[in-house]
Amino acid sequence: MAAVADTSGPVATWRQKVTRPMAVGAILVAWLVLFAVLRGRQTLTLAAADLTSLHRWLNDVNDTVGAGRDSNPLFLYFFNEIRLAIDHLVTFVQSLISQPTAGRPVPQIGWLGVVGIAGYLSWAVGNWRVALLAVAGFTFFGLQGLWQESMDTLALTLSAVLVALLIGIPLGVWAGLSDRCNKIMTPFLDFMQTMPTFVYLAPLTLVFLIGGASAVITTVIYAAPPAIRITAHAIRSVPATTVEAADSLGTTRRQQLLKVLLPLSQRTVVMGVNQTIMAALAMVTIAALIDAPGLGKTVVQALQSLDVGTAFNAGLAIVVMAIVLDRVTTAAAGRADTARRTGGALVRWRRPLLAAGGIGTAFLVYVSHTYVYAAEFPGDGTAGTHIASWADTATTWLQDHLSGLTNAVRDVITYGLLNPFQTLLTDSPWWLVGLTLVALGAVLGGRRAAVTAAVCVGLLVGTGLWSDGMTTLASTAVATVLVMLLGAVFGVWMGRSALVDRLVRPTLDAAQVMPPFVYLVPFLALFGATRFTAIVAAVVYAAPVAIKIIADGVRNVPESTVEATTSVGCTTWQIITKVQLPVARGALTLATNQGLIYVLSMVVVGGLVGAGALGYDVVAGFSQGQLYGKGLAAGLAIVLLGVMFDRITQAAARRTRA
Amino acid sequence: MTTAQTEVPQWRRTSQNPEDRTPVISVRRLWKVFGPKAEQVPQSEELCGLSRRELMDRTGCTAAVRDVDFEVSPGEVFVVMGLSGSGKSTLVRCLTRLIEPTSGEVVFEGEDIRGADARRLRELRRRKFSMVFQHFGLLPHRKVVENVAFGLEIRGMGRGERMRRAREVVELVGLAGYENSYPDQLSGGMQQRVGLARALAGDPEVLFFDEPFSALDPLIRRDMQNEVIRLHHEVGKTMVFITHDLTEALKLGDRILIMRDGKMVQCGTGDELVGAPADDYVRDFVQDVPRGDVLTLRWIMRPAQDDDALDGPELGPDVVVREATRAVLAAEKPAKVVENGKLLGIVGDEEILAVVAGQQGGA
Repeated sequence: MAAVADTSGPVATWRQKVTRPMAVGAILVAWLVLFAVLRGRQTLTLAAADLTSLHRWLNDVNDTVGAGRDSNPLFLYFFNEIRLAIDHLVTFVQSLISQPTAGRPVPQIGWLGVVGIAGYLSWAVGNWRVALLAVAGFTFFGLQGLWQESMDTLALTLSAVLVALLIGIPLGVWAGLSDRCNKIMTPFLDFMQTMPTFVYLAPLTLVFLIGGASAVITTVIYAAPPAIRITAHAIRSVPATTVEAADSLGTTRRQQLLKVLLPLSQRTVVMGVNQTIMAALAMVTIAALIDAPGLGKTVVQALQSLDVGTAFNAGLAIVVMAIVLDRVTTAAAGRADTARRTGGALVRWRRPLLAAGGIGTAFLVYVSHTYVYAAEFPGDGTAGTHIASWADTATTWLQDHLSGLTNAVRDVITYGLLNPFQTLLTDSPWWLVGLTLVALGAVLGGRRAAVTAAVCVGLLVGTGLWSDGMTTLASTAVATVLVMLLGAVFGVWMGRSALVDRLVRPTLDAAQVMPPFVYLVPFLALFGATRFTAIVAAVVYAAPVAIKIIADGVRNVPESTVEATTSVGCTTWQIITKVQLPVARGALTLATNQGLIYVLSMVVVGGLVGAGALGYDVVAGFSQGQLYGKGLAAGLAIVLLGVMFDRITQAAARRTRA
Repeated sequence: MTTAQTEVPQWRRTSQNPEDRTPVISVRRLWKVFGPKAEQVPQSEELCGLSRRELMDRTGCTAAVRDVDFEVSPGEVFVVMGLSGSGKSTLVRCLTRLIEPTSGEVVFEGEDIRGADARRLRELRRRKFSMVFQHFGLLPHRKVVENVAFGLEIRGMGRGERMRRAREVVELVGLAGYENSYPDQLSGGMQQRVGLARALAGDPEVLFFDEPFSALDPLIRRDMQNEVIRLHHEVGKTMVFITHDLTEALKLGDRILIMRDGKMVQCGTGDELVGAPADDYVRDFVQDVPRGDVLTLRWIMRPAQDDDALDGPELGPDVVVREATRAVLAAEKPAKVVENGKLLGIVGDEEILAVVAGQQGGA
C-alpha cells in the first residue's frame, strides 16, 4: 500500500524527471510485487447464487414497487400513463403490420401491402435502387419464414423512432438555438451514450414492467440522444454569415428558424434520423432480454439453446433489415441534392409518377387487407430452414475441421493473456487493485480522474460484486488490447493509403450499422459457448470505431510534416513510429476510450454465451426473480466500470492534446 | 467638395456636396466593448484612456470601437478603412445593431436607432438598410432569384410581385440568365452579385458593405468595384463601405474614415488623406499611393511670386495632378490655379514633376 502511494504521490513534483510511462511501469511493478505477497486475501468473492444485503434490499424494492404499482400516485398518474400511451402506440402499429387484431386472423395490412409501402416510401424519399433493395429485403423476411417476427421488430422500431424523433428533434432545435439549453443537455447526453446499452433495461422493467412498451421506452432513451445531438449540431453549423445576413434583412425569430435554420440543417437532420433508426433497431433486438417480441427474441432463445442455425437465420434477417433501413435513410439524406442537379424531365414527371405509385400502393394495401394470399406470406419459410440447416452444417464442418486452429487461438489468448490477467485482478486484495486503479487514474488523467476512480472503486465494492467486476474487467481489458492492436494496424494502414481506406471503410461502416447481437452468432459457431466467444465478438464490435478514429488521426498528420521527415531519409517504419503515431496520439487515446466503451457494452450480451461475471448476473437477473437485485447491482457495476474508464481515458486524451 | 478621381470621373458628379444636406446617419461617441461589465468602460474616463492591451489586462474587456464620430450624407459613398482587428466590421454592424453598441448614438434620419425596439428595428432592416457580406451569406437551398427575393418574402410581399422585382434586380446586377441557378453553381464574383442584388431588391435607403470583395480574385474584385460604381451612378444610394484595401477605398469613397485599434485616426477625402495625413500611421498607409492620381492642384500649388509670369494656362484647383501634367509641361510658363476668377496660386513644371516622379512633394 505504501509503495503504491509512494509512486503516485510525488509524481506531481517529479513530473519533470519521471515520465508518464515510467510512473505507470512503477505502479504495475509495485502491484505485481504486492500481489505475490498478498495473493488470495480479501478478494471479496461471491458465489453465483449468493446475495448481499444490498441485493436483497433491491429485491425488496422490486417487490414493493410491484405491489405499489396500482396504488402509488407516482405510478398511477405518471409512469402507468406513459406506459399505457406507449402501449397503445405499439399495439396500434403491431395491429397494422404484425399482429392479428379485432377478430381478424391476420394484421390489417398483409405482406403484399407492407412490401408495397416499403418499396413506395423508399422510392419517394430515396431512389429506385433502394426501393428495389427494400422490396427484395422485405420479401426475403417472408421467404425466411420470419415475416411476423420481422414485422414485430419493425413495428417496435418504428414506434420507438417516432417517439424518439418527436422528442429529439424539438429538443435538438432548442439545444441548437440556446447555449444554456445545450450546456445543460450535453452532460446528460454524454452519460446516456457512455452507459452500456443493456444496463438500463433492468431499472426500466422495475417501472414499466417487461414487454413491448418498456422495450420501446428503453429504445427511445437509447435512440433519442443521437437525434438531439445531430439536430443541435446541424442548427449550430449553419454559417454565421447566413444567419447574420437573414438578420440584416429583418427576419423574425420564427422566419429565421423556418426559412433559414431548418432548411439549411435538413440534410444533417436526416442523417440524424438515420442514426436514430439504426440505434433503435439495435436496441429493439436487445430488448428481447426484457421480453420484447420480434427477431431479437428468436436470436436470444436460439443462443440460449445454442441452436446456431436458427440464431443465424434470425440474425441474417436483422442484418438485412439494418441494411435496408440504413440504405434507404442514407439515400434520403442525399436525395435533395441529386434531385436538384438532374433537373429536367425527371423532375417534371416526378409528381405524376409519385401519384401513380401511391395509387398502386393503396391498391396493394387493399388487396392485402382483403385476400388471404396477399395477407399471409405464402410458403412455409423453406428458405429459412435451408439457411438454418446450411449454417448448422457449416458450423459442424468448422468445428470438425477447424477446431484445431480455433482452439489453438482460443487457448493461446485464454491461457496466455486472459487467465493470468484475470487471476491477477481477482486474486489481489480488493484494496490493492483499487489503489492501483486510482494511481493509474492520477498518473494518466490527473487529480479529478483519480477522485472519480476512487469513488467508482468504493461504489463497486458496495455493489457486492467486486470479484465479478474484476473478471469482467479482465475480459474487457484483454478485448480492448486486441481492439487497439487491430486499430493500430488497420488504422495506420488506412491512414497511409487512400486505396486501402476506400476498400476497408465501407466494410467498417456496414459493421457499425449491425446490431451488436448478431456478432455473437458466427463466433458462437466457431468457438462454442465460452468467455472467449464474448471477447472476440466484443473485439469485432469495437474494432471498427477504433480503426476509423486512428485512421483519421494518422490522415490528419500534416502532409508537410511527413514530407519533411521523408526528406531527412526516414524509413517507412520510422515515419510511422516516430512521426505519425506520436502526432496522432490524441486519436489513439480517443480510440482507446471508444474501444473500451464499446467493448464494455458487449459484456452483457456476452453473458448470453457463457462470458459469466457481470454480464451473466444481469442476464440472470432478468430471468430469475430472486436474482433480480443482484442483476440490478451488476448493471450498476458495469456503469461504474464504464464511467471510470471513460473519465480516465478522456482526461488522458485531454492531457495528450494539451 | 468634390474629390477628383481620374478612373471614374463621371460618377463623381452624382455625389452631392456633403455639407449641403442633413446627414442620413450620424454617429456620435460610439463605443463597442466586449467583455464582462463592458458598459463601465466608456463611462470611466480613466479606462477610456488606456490602450487596448492595458484595458484587456485591467478589465478583461476588448474595446472594438472606441469613441467614433462621423456623419454620412445622402448619396455619399462613405468608406471605413482599417487593417484586420481595427474594429471596422464591428463598427458597421453597430450601425444596424447586428452587434449591440455599448454606448453612444446612431441617428438615422433623425431617429436614434439604439432606442428602437425589436419590431421597429426589424422594420428598419426590412425597409431602410441592407447589407452585403464578405462571405455572401446566401441560402444554398434556394435559387438565385429566390435568394434575391428573400428580403421581400420576409416582409410579406406576394410571390408574383417579389419574383418580378427580384428578376429586375438580377438583371440590374448583370446576372440575367442565372435566375434559376443555385448559389454553389456560381463563381465567387457571381455569388457576390447575388448578395448585391439581394441588398438592392428591397430598395433600401442605405447599403452597408462589409468587405464585400475581399474574398474575390483581384481581376474580379476590380470588376465588382466598377459594378458598385455603376450601380451607385444608377440608383444613387447612400453607401457605407468597409474595406482593408486603400486602393479600393480611394477608388470608391467620397470620404474615407481610417480606423486603428477601434479609434478613428482620420476622416476625409482621398486627397486630404494623401495630401495631409493626420499622423505617421496614415502617412505609412498612403505612402505607396500614386500621388499624381489622387492629389489635386490645390495640394501642390505655390503662391505666385512677383517674378512669376502670369500669362500661363488657367486650371481649376480640383484638377487631378495627372490630368494637369500634360498641360503644365507643354506650356512655356507656369499654370495659374484659378477658382471663381480668383488666383489661388501657380503650378510649374517642378511641382508637377515632384509628384509625378514620386518624390515627397506637394503639401
